Amino acid sequence: MNALLSRARIPAGARAPVIALLAGIVLFVASELLSEYNNLQLATGCYYFAALAGLTLLTGLSGQISLGHGALMAVGAYTAALLIGNEHWPLLGAVLAATVMAALVGLVLGAAATRLRGPYLAGATLAFAVGLPALADKYPGTFGGENGLTIEPPTPPAFLGREFPLERWEAWIAGIGAVVVLLLAENLRRSGMGRAFRAIRDDEIAASLCGYSVARVQLTAFVFSAACAGLGGALLAVVLQLAAPGAFQLQLSLSLLTAIVVGGLGSLAGAVWGAAFLVLLPGWSNDIANSFSLSTKVSSNLPLAIYGVVLIVVMLVWPTGIQGGARAAISRLRRARGRPGTGPGTPRKRELAGAASGPVSPASGGEAALTNQRGDPER
Amino acid sequence: MTRFVDLTLNGISTGAIYAAVALALVIIWRSTRIVNFAQGGMLMITTFIASALISSGASYWLAFVVALLSGFVLGGLVERLLMRRVEGKPPLNAVIVTFGLLILLEAVAGMIWGNTPRSFPPAFSIRGYSVGGTRLLFAPNDTFIVLVVLGSAALLALLFRRTTLGLRMRASAFAPEVARLLGVRVGGMLTLGWALASLMGSLAGVLVAPSVFVGPNQFDPILVFGFTAAVMGGLDSPAGAVVGGLLLGLALSYVGGYEGSALVTLAALVILLLVLMVRPQGLFSTPRERRV
Repeated sequence: MNALLSRARIPAGARAPVIALLAGIVLFVASELLSEYNNLQLATGCYYFAALAGLTLLTGLSGQISLGHGALMAVGAYTAALLIGNEHWPLLGAVLAATVMAALVGLVLGAAATRLRGPYLAGATLAFAVGLPALADKYPGTFGGENGLTIEPPTPPAFLGREFPLERWEAWIAGIGAVVVLLLAENLRRSGMGRAFRAIRDDEIAASLCGYSVARVQLTAFVFSAACAGLGGALLAVVLQLAAPGAFQLQLSLSLLTAIVVGGLGSLAGAVWGAAFLVLLPGWSNDIANSFSLSTKVSSNLPLAIYGVVLIVVMLVWPTGIQGGARAAISRLRRARGRPGTGPGTPRKRELAGAASGPVSPASGGEAALTNQRGDPER
Repeated sequence: MTRFVDLTLNGISTGAIYAAVALALVIIWRSTRIVNFAQGGMLMITTFIASALISSGASYWLAFVVALLSGFVLGGLVERLLMRRVEGKPPLNAVIVTFGLLILLEAVAGMIWGNTPRSFPPAFSIRGYSVGGTRLLFAPNDTFIVLVVLGSAALLALLFRRTTLGLRMRASAFAPEVARLLGVRVGGMLTLGWALASLMGSLAGVLVAPSVFVGPNQFDPILVFGFTAAVMGGLDSPAGAVVGGLLLGLALSYVGGYEGSALVTLAALVILLLVLMVRPQGLFSTPRERRV
């Protein structure tokens, strides 16, 4: 994506909005073309993406592992469901409030997390993922217990016409959320703060010698990713019209972490792959399981077995995830076609890119393209 | 007062189980720097093997021994065939592989034995001891659980500290290059570490099975609490795993008894956070300086 943008001579500062705009157009066209069921899948993918984009910045860029983002999604979902169902807030206000609420919880959890590293952080966030849903059981009056909270389906605005399908409207809502997250996350990734994330991930002490406050940077990453998870959870509640404990078991937290690693850790493209993986794989593996005539014992467990095998195989075959595998495959293809120097990161390519974008905006463009080839942020 | 005694004894007995799982995780963490989330699935499979043997007429003790041996073999196989391929890759990859293995093992168990949990016999009577006319919530079987776990923890400590094999295993874990130069078969030692850890896990599975029943997902909470205990005690310290397990067992028993079972998982979170706030690397770890 970066290489394409630099070839298209998009100035560095405008790249995040351009990516977000393109993603918005793709989502809009897709929602117009897809069937109602597929629109629902699109909406599901969009709210997963919102949560995954935050998590991949946290784990991939700032190096903090979290096994608790499912519970942060639950915070967002329950806040949105309470505000829409009981207080009759408008959709936008409820979703924003849910995002803020999750960010606040993330602030508390993140403050505890800044002292913890590696498996200790994993343990603490795992306990969070398992512990928080207990509140729904403890206060069934507020949170609806096992059945959870149901909310009214969102109504498409009148000017879209009476025939406008609900699923497409849900896909639009979730899609807008995903595009906003994409814009913010891409901006953050390219900003000085994004560079601080990477510096701290790679070497804490060196980074603090450079003047970064490790705790503050880590807390920023945690709060941002918690807000993203909260937004994802709120969108989930809107799309499913339900916030129930069953949706936020430990499995959700684990599959979020799994999705970003399998998709490709640290890149937003990887988060897109991860969201697609979470949405599409269950359907496909169910189809496979049902296409053979097997006993119920086997066919009901086959999708799970396929999921497990896919996780293991992807990690063994593509250690850098699907995105890393795709990138390697593309550069191998280019080399095979005898176009030396077009592979990413080769010195020749850097010179070419610098020279090519030089005339457009000599001040920033050339420099940006140059640093960009090394995978660094622009500024 | 009886209630307090009951809850304390009950906490020690469940704590021993958490301690066994925590030990299994700690041994693997020390040797390969991997948190083995598949442990829950591995001990589930070996407990199912024991359960199948018992329902086909074998004696409890034969099933017990077979479960431990199959745990030993399974652990070695998992390290040799699977984990060795992700060593030296980014650490999260190993974590995802163990997730994948956990899910795969649970699915396989469901395919073979079905998803309905089945009962599992205890080794000894589960009728509580009677003291001065009142019956305690602590039975001969609980005594057995506590003694077996503490005994095998002591055996492991002897193995690691007093034997040449243990010295080789520690050397392979902490200085693999030096150990290799001195003629230690480092790969074999890592496999042995996984096998021993998995044996410990199988022990926990067979011991806890009478109270949680045997099913593909029945052991997930044991894994979560075992991991919590290991983190609490310090992932590098076997003694910490045992103490962490017992402390967590006691604390959760009190919370469950006095405040209701709904709050148990939340209490585990609070306890873990409190411990980690004071000691970010667990109770028994030696603080290590971070180097540039």
